[in-house]
Formats: sequence, structure tokens, C-alpha cells
Amino acid sequence: MNSIKLKKTDVIFDPCTEDVFLPLLKKIFSKEKTEIIDEIIESGLKGRGGAGFPTGLKWKFAAAQSEQEKFVVCNADEGEPGTFKDREILLKVPEKVLAGMAICGYCIGAKKGYIYLRGEYAFMLPQLYKTIDAFKNHLKNLNVDFDIEIRNGSGAYVCGEETSLIESLEGKRGEPRNKPPFPVVEGFSNKPTVVNNVETFVNVVVIQKLGVSEFNKIGTQDSRGSKVFSVSGDTPKPGVFEIELGMKLSDFVEEFGDGDTKAVQVGGASGFCVPRKKFDDTIIGFEGIPTGGSMMLFNSSRSMYNVLHNYLDFFREESCGQCTPCRVGCQQLIEGIKAIKRGDKEESYLDTLKGLAESMKITAKCGLGQSVANSFITITSNFREEMIY
Amino acid sequence: MYHHKLKKMTTVKEFIGDLTAKTGTDRSALMPILQAVKENYNYLPEEAMIEIARKLDLSPAQVFGTASFYSFLDTSKRGKYVIRVCKSIIAEMKGKKEIVKALEKHLKIKMGETTTDNMFTLLETNDLGWSDQEPSMLINDTPFTNLTAEKVIEIINNYKTK
Amino acid sequence: MKNIINLNIDGNNVSVESGQTILDAAKKLNIKIPTLCHHPDLCVAGNCRVCVVEQEGSRTLTAACATPATEGMIIRTNTQKVRTARKHIIELLLSEHNSECLKCYKNGNCELQSLAAEYKITQEVFIDLVPLHNYTIDHFSASIIKDDSKCIRCQRCVRTCEELQSVSALTMAYKGDNAKVSTFLEYSLADVICTNCGQCVNRCPTGALVEKNSIEAVWSAIYDKNKHVVVQTAPAIRIALGEEFDMAPGAIVTGKLTSALRKLGFDSVLDTDFTADLTIMEEGTELLTRLKSVLVDEKTDIALPMMTSCSPGWIKFLEHKFPQLLPNLSTCKSPQQMFGALAKTYYAQKRNINPADIVSVSIMPCTAKKFEADRPEMYSSGFKDVDYVLTTRELAVMLKQAGVDFNTLPEENFDSIMGDSTGAAVIFGATGGVMEAALRTAWEIITGKEVPFENLNIMPVRGMKGVKEASITITSTLPEWNFLEGVTVNVAIAHGLSNANKLMKKVASGDCSYHFIEIMACPGGCLGGGGQPIPTNADIRLKRNEAIYREDAGMEIRKSHENPEVIQLYKEYLEKPLGHKSHELLHTHYTERPLK
Repeated sequence: MNSIKLKKTDVIFDPCTEDVFLPLLKKIFSKEKTEIIDEIIESGLKGRGGAGFPTGLKWKFAAAQSEQEKFVVCNADEGEPGTFKDREILLKVPEKVLAGMAICGYCIGAKKGYIYLRGEYAFMLPQLYKTIDAFKNHLKNLNVDFDIEIRNGSGAYVCGEETSLIESLEGKRGEPRNKPPFPVVEGFSNKPTVVNNVETFVNVVVIQKLGVSEFNKIGTQDSRGSKVFSVSGDTPKPGVFEIELGMKLSDFVEEFGDGDTKAVQVGGASGFCVPRKKFDDTIIGFEGIPTGGSMMLFNSSRSMYNVLHNYLDFFREESCGQCTPCRVGCQQLIEGIKAIKRGDKEESYLDTLKGLAESMKITAKCGLGQSVANSFITITSNFREEMIY
Repeated sequence: MYHHKLKKMTTVKEFIGDLTAKTGTDRSALMPILQAVKENYNYLPEEAMIEIARKLDLSPAQVFGTASFYSFLDTSKRGKYVIRVCKSIIAEMKGKKEIVKALEKHLKIKMGETTTDNMFTLLETNDLGWSDQEPSMLINDTPFTNLTAEKVIEIINNYKTK
Repeated sequence: MKNIINLNIDGNNVSVESGQTILDAAKKLNIKIPTLCHHPDLCVAGNCRVCVVEQEGSRTLTAACATPATEGMIIRTNTQKVRTARKHIIELLLSEHNSECLKCYKNGNCELQSLAAEYKITQEVFIDLVPLHNYTIDHFSASIIKDDSKCIRCQRCVRTCEELQSVSALTMAYKGDNAKVSTFLEYSLADVICTNCGQCVNRCPTGALVEKNSIEAVWSAIYDKNKHVVVQTAPAIRIALGEEFDMAPGAIVTGKLTSALRKLGFDSVLDTDFTADLTIMEEGTELLTRLKSVLVDEKTDIALPMMTSCSPGWIKFLEHKFPQLLPNLSTCKSPQQMFGALAKTYYAQKRNINPADIVSVSIMPCTAKKFEADRPEMYSSGFKDVDYVLTTRELAVMLKQAGVDFNTLPEENFDSIMGDSTGAAVIFGATGGVMEAALRTAWEIITGKEVPFENLNIMPVRGMKGVKEASITITSTLPEWNFLEGVTVNVAIAHGLSNANKLMKKVASGDCSYHFIEIMACPGGCLGGGGQPIPTNADIRLKRNEAIYREDAGMEIRKSHENPEVIQLYKEYLEKPLGHKSHELLHTHYTERPLK
């Protein structure tokens, strides 16, 4: 299997001082819009929020819309359990995020950008306002017509889903929409809208700074570039780390485990649980298990039942409640494992629940409901005894 | 967020009138409006939701339906300081139970309740984004991390003396 | 010219217009895909997920109702994957649902029940979640009962209340396992802006929203030998009741209706159409009086446009949302209430019955009429003017309980002395009908001639357009009315409260020059009322609409002022329109209500 040893990089958090940053911006905004979009496509950049859609393609679709009014949205609703990398990006290199948004606006023809910042990060606002004001001055000097406004979430994980986020921006409940139409065609106020993750926008600036060929030297063929990971749990090194994609999970555990790692939850509650025996066979990247960055390590003292119970409780609460499979399915899954544990249901009920989870995966209206099965199936199949005894 | 502090003697109606003069009355202004009202009143009073509905040409039910979707837009009365303790699995692993116990004991309330002097409300919340520094909590907008039982008591006492 | 999209469903090629959905395409092929949250009157929701089908190339299943057809799409509607998933969806819905069907008002008429029966759900696969929810029942409204334990969160009611009616008394609230259909701060429907129009009841697939029913109360009254039970029936019943007995929409069953009511045991079978004609006399005079005050007496405080007042859902809507326009409303009661007041005074006197022994029942296409009958202003007779209101649906239930074979009933007539009616009265059931009836009479009063439309059919005010406008210039007036010579009277008609809302915004801003406005709360007018047979859709309402005008065309007398019993009523009892007795019994006032 193609993999690389854990390689830390520093392109995301590279401070990029004004003497480097401002000339870079000038260079970017003097390019043709199509040139920039082509470069992003060529770079193979995929969304860094977890869904992994090719960024260049998204921008290309939006740029092709004839509608005059368009929008750029930065998804800073980071709510996936165990994810806190956008927190650090926004605290340390916010200008790169703003630059990425402005470049997007330039490329697709949008004059307005929103940062949808989760309510739990409201403490960042005073500093962010200052950064935005300073950045707006740069844009003014470059003759770039792009306004950036911060909008806050108020405690709803599902608003990390792009159509739910848009509904929230429109002053409504964060109930995801039917797709198609996709946001690049009909998004905010039914206008073409690009929604990208914080880290994705930073990568756009990185690609412009390094150039496509340098960028492509980082990571693997299928997972170009680096990824910012948020590491937590049973680890001596909790925190945010920038690592090239395409690494083996066993190498990751070697670096970050406490010597007794039983399982790693890759991608948060909506991600996959990998047991020790599969560490060596698992690649972290788009060719293996993609992730928004959350890596939670559990050692042998931890009950995987408690872990699953915690995730299911989370989904039960955070589901928007709109569609049947998610709203009711989440309740059935958590009540189900509780009943098995209590002895009220037979062990075989676990297989019934697995079937339900699989139905949820293909019938739920949005990614939240579709992803509940990921942790449910991986934890129950790899740690079956812990569910029962 | 619209930092629009309450002027003394402002009625709910006046407050919302001033607020909507700034935000506009398009539905897309509803979240900032609700957040500003919550910031000032610690929750969303019934009267406020009705007035917001009137201004934005929505029904009070629509305003309530939107507000109640969001965990932080409380439609029931809250204390001056709302404590939200993170209940993620990592927080649990790092000792969140002890933090909650310490808070319940020190404030003399149970999870979900408000102190009789209306100063503190104790709630649990989903992942706050501090998994690397658990246990963690928010008090209103301010995060506190790497908590211990002693630390939380100190933090609460600081708030009491504000 | 729209694009044509070609796709394949279950091996069959089909073409649809661009923009149509997979569900539309399947319908064309007569392939039935089950749905729950879908409704032809409402925007697409796509939340129940019952209609999922397999789409080649897609990892997830596709919601047929919410997905536009695309060129070359290959769809399979009945694969194992689809059946397994769909069965799960139904089982999930049942697990959070109060499954005591045998004791449910919608037993036998429930879309979830039908789906469960189709899929032969005979086992409880999952855990019963009902005990985990604190479901509540709201039975405080006079018109509607809301039982959360039967709600499947399809949001049809929310969409109806928002899109069709612009009331939004109902909303989705909270999220996750707490997500529910709610009112503002979970107040009872009785305490919020709910207009009682019952459009939500018409569209609820289960027993979560039903009408408050008076079936047992009316049976008790009928059985009581000491009570004289009179019944009045609205125009819209006679062109819809047949649907409850498998007749096609648009069947006119007036004759069978009267004999059915006799079979049930009502002591006198009378007609709301009678008081509809009466309403025209009172309201027509009221309008002309207002016009005279403005044009002759040059008064400046006269409220114009004058607006009709027979739709109680519309009245409550105005009381909440535009209380400043209450003076514009006609002070006339609705035909139902005029009838009730007369039943216990005029009728009682003429038949020599103690009004205390009269029970006055009405059959209405309307749920708001239940609220109207309970209004504190409706005791002008000295007693409650209308004791019980039965919807069309409740009447059908009673007929079935009584073993009446509706389809083979003989044709009978209404009783007198409040049973005569005209074509002008029957068209009250359609949007534009009150306006047309009023114009037929007013024009003749003013000019002495028939209204200048062929066969008295005033086409410009008919039809299903949401807001209709018309103008008519008055010529050749009688000397008494020459202040109206050359005056162009502007009228407007709206049906469905969303259209009423649009119109009222115009009126409130002063941005219009109407003299007379007719509003019906329900789409289509009363024929689409909240108490009418379910299901409802635009096609059914159109058929009912056509039936009403057919009935009108076939009647002997077609103008309200020629109704012989109405003439008799004025001669013997009321004296004249807007006279003292009329004011006492036939007119009312309104109440400002909070915006909650």
C-alpha cells in the first residue's frame, strides 16, 4: 500500500508576514480568474471540512453561472467532535482565510463573503473584527471589491452541512435542503454560492504561494497537500498538527499514541473507528479514510460502548429532526445498544440495528444522517463483545 | 454580532426598534437579531419574540421555531451567567464528571437549574472545540479549559465578585 | 417551449418536461411510488424519505418527490434495496407513533395506516419510543384537536399554514429527538393566531390534526324527544358530500342531502342558502348606505372598501393581523349565524316552539364555523344561536353510522320556512360567489334592470385566480340612486389567506381604490373548506367549483331579492334591511386580538 511516514509540514501555519503577504495578494489579483481556477483544479485540492469535494471544480461551476449576484461562504462552524483545527487557524493565520475567500470571490464573481463562525467561538470575535478591518484596507488598495461579514452560529452542529448553514444564514432553522440544486447553482438567497471550509481557503493561498508543482510534492497522488489534524484523547501530545496526507495510521499512532492505543476514531463522531489490528492497513487520506482532521485516541482502559453511546447521544440531539431515518434512526440506535447492554434485547438485535444503520446511510436527507452508520458499524463490528457484556 | 447594549429604561419594543434600524428587517437578519436580544436579556423573552415577528413580518411561531432550533438561543429564562460544560467523550475521559459535581455542589443547584439569585445557570453542551484541553466549559462567551475542581470554584468566585 | 427530459423507470422509457420530478415521471407510467410528506398543493419537502428509489450511479437512494428528472436517468422503484429501506422507514415512523389505531379518529382514513397495511408490518421490530416522549394533546381549540403522539413531522401542516395561508400559527420547533410541530411557545391553538381554517386538518396524513367533532352531541339532541332539532346546510356541502360515498368530485347531491338529513332524524331540514340570500339583502344595503354616506353626505370617516364577513377564518385573521381594518368589515353576521339567530326567534315564533327546546345544528364545509358559533356575540336570540356545527366529514360519519345507503337515496326538498333559496345563494360556496350574488341584487336595486351579463353569469369574478379584480361603471340609475350615475365601482376578490394577506397589505397602505372586497379564508372558497372531504387538490376544487355554477344555472330563481321566503321574512318580521330587528339579530361586531 502506498503510504508515507508521518511528515510534518508548515505551509498552513507558516506566519506569512505582510512583506510576503501583500505582494503575493497583488500577484494573485493580477492573474486571470480562469488561470487561478485551473491551478486549483490542477493542484487536486479537495475540501478540508470532511466532505472532500474537489475545490477547483466547485469554483468552476460557480464561476460558470450567469447569475450576477454570487456569494462566498467560509464554513467555520467546526462542530465535529474532536475537531479544533479551525480554531487554531482562525487564531493564528486568519488573514490567509480572508485572502482565500477574496480570491474565491474574485474567481467566481462574488462581491460578498460571509464567515459562518460557530457560536462557541464567539470569544474570537474582537480579534477577528480587527483582522477583517485591516484586510479590507488591503483589498481597497488592490481595488478588489469584496466585503466580508461575520455571522454567528448559536449551537447547532448540523449547520456545518452547507445547505443547513445557508438556511441559518437566511434566518431559518438549519434544516438541510434537497440536493440538487447544489449551492453553486442555488445557494444563499437562491444565488450561486461557494461554501468552503476554513482550511480549504488557506490551502488556496498556499497553492498560490508555492505554485502547483511545489504543492503537489506534498502528500500523495490521491491526497495532495497537507492536512491539519486535531489530536486528542489518550495521547501525550494533544493539539493541532500539520501533517502530509497519505500516512499510515500505524505511523500516526506510533507518534501520538500512549503506547496502549486500542482504537482511533478518524473523522469525529461521523467518522470511522479503526481497531488496533487494522492500524497498519489504514491510510489517512482520500484513498483510505478521509477526515476533517479529528483524531481521537482510545487506550485499552476505555469502554467502546461508552464511546459509541456518547456519539449516538450527540447525533440524537444534533439531528435537525427533519427526516425520518435520522430523527428516529438515531433514537433507535442508542436505545438499542442500551437495551442490549441491559439484557432487554438479545445479542442478535445488534444485527438488526446494523441493517437499520445501513438503511440510514442510504436514505437520510443529508450527510449527518448518512454518516451515523460509520461509527455505529465500525465500533459494533470491531468491539462487539463490549456492546454486550 | 451586534453589540448593542441595553440603555437604561429601554423597553423591549424600543430595544428591538433600535436594533432593527441597524440590522434591517429582512429575514436574513433574524439570527443576528436573536443573538443580540439574547445577549442583553440572557434569553429570548416572549415579548421580544413577538416584537421581532412584528418588525420582520413573520409570525411569532416562525421566530420561536427558528430560535428553538439553536441550543444557545434559550427561550426559557436563564441566569446572568450561563455555564455550559462540555460533554464530549474526550471531556468525559478527562474528568468532566468531577467538574460537574464540583459546580453542582458549589452553586447548590443540579444540572439544568438556575441559582435562586439568578446569577448562574448550569448546562451541558456538545463539543466546544477544546478537546486538546479538556475538561472545558463556556461561561457565556468565554471558554475555560484544562479545568480542575479547584479551578472551577475559583472561576465561579471571580464571577460572583464581578 | 420547455425542454423534454427522457428517462427510464423500471425498464420503461418516459419523457417529462424539464423541472418535473421522478415522481411525476412515474405517475405518467402509472407506477405508484408511495409518499407521505408530498402534497400537490404544497412545495416539495422531501423529509419523510418514503418515496426513495434506486438511481443508477448514486450511492444513496433518491427521493422521487424531490429530485428533478435528468436526461438518461435510470430509476428502479422496487429493488430489494428499496424495499428494505422503505420498510425500515415505515417501521421507524410506527415506532415513534401512537399505534392505537382502533381508538383513533382517523382509523381507516390514515395514510400511515394504509402504508403499514400495504407493507404488512405485523411485527414490532424496533423499540417503542412513545414512552420516551412526553407527547401532549391540545384539545382547547373550538375547531381543531392537535395530538402530537400521531405526528410524523411531515410538515404538511406547517407548509400549509405558511404557504397557503400566510398565518404560520404552526412551526417546526426544537431539533433532534425533540423536533416537533408546535405553536408559538407551545401555547394552545386556542391562544395563538390560528384562524381555525382547518386547511392543516385537510392535509394531515394521520390523526395528528383532526376537527373537534360534535357527532355524539348531535346524536343526543336528535334522540331527545323534548328537543326540536333544526339543521341548516351550507352551499358547499351539496357539491362535495358525494365524495365521502365514492362519487366523483363535482357530483351535485342536494336532493339526497335533504333526504339523508331526514333519515338521521332532524325535525326540520332547512337551508343556509336561505340566509345567504338574506345576507345579500343586508350586506347590499349596507354597502349602498356606505357609498351614499361618502358620495352624498360627503362623510370622511366611512370605512371603504367594505369587506365581506361570512368567513370566520378570515375574520379572526383580520382581528389578529390587521385590526385597524376591522371597521371595513361588513357588520353582517355570516349566513350560519343569521340562521341560528332566526331559528330561535322568527322560526320559533312561527312554528310555536319554545326556543329553549330548539337545538340548532349546522352542516358546514368549515372548521372555523365551530369557533364562530362559540363567539360571545352569537347569542342574539337569547340562547346560543348555533348549538353545534358538523363538518361535511362528520355528517358522512353519522350517515354511515345510521346505515344510510347514500347513493340510493331519493331526491327530496328542503322544508320551509327557512328552506327557500336562489342560485345567488348557492354560489356563496365558490370564491367570487358572494360578490356575484351581491352585484346581481345591487345592480337591480340601483338601475331597476338585470345586471348586464349574459344569463346573469358575472364571469370576471369567477375562477381560481388568487386575487381577482373587476370594475363596473354604473349607468341608467333610478332617480333615487342617481348619485351613483357614472361611478366606477372597483371590486376585488381573494381566496386563501395568503392572497387575503397580499390584498390587505395593499388596503392597509391605502394603495388601492376598491369599494367592495370579498375574502374567503380557504383556497377555492368554502368548497375548499377545512371541513370538506379529504383528499383535496386543485383539480378536485375545480370540479366542485364547476358543480356550484351548474347548480346555480339550473335554479328557478337566481337573485337573492326574489327569494319568496326572504321577502316574507322582511314583510312579517324584520321590516326592512338594517332595520331595528336586523341590527339586533343579524349584525355583529369584532374584537382586536394580539399578534401571538
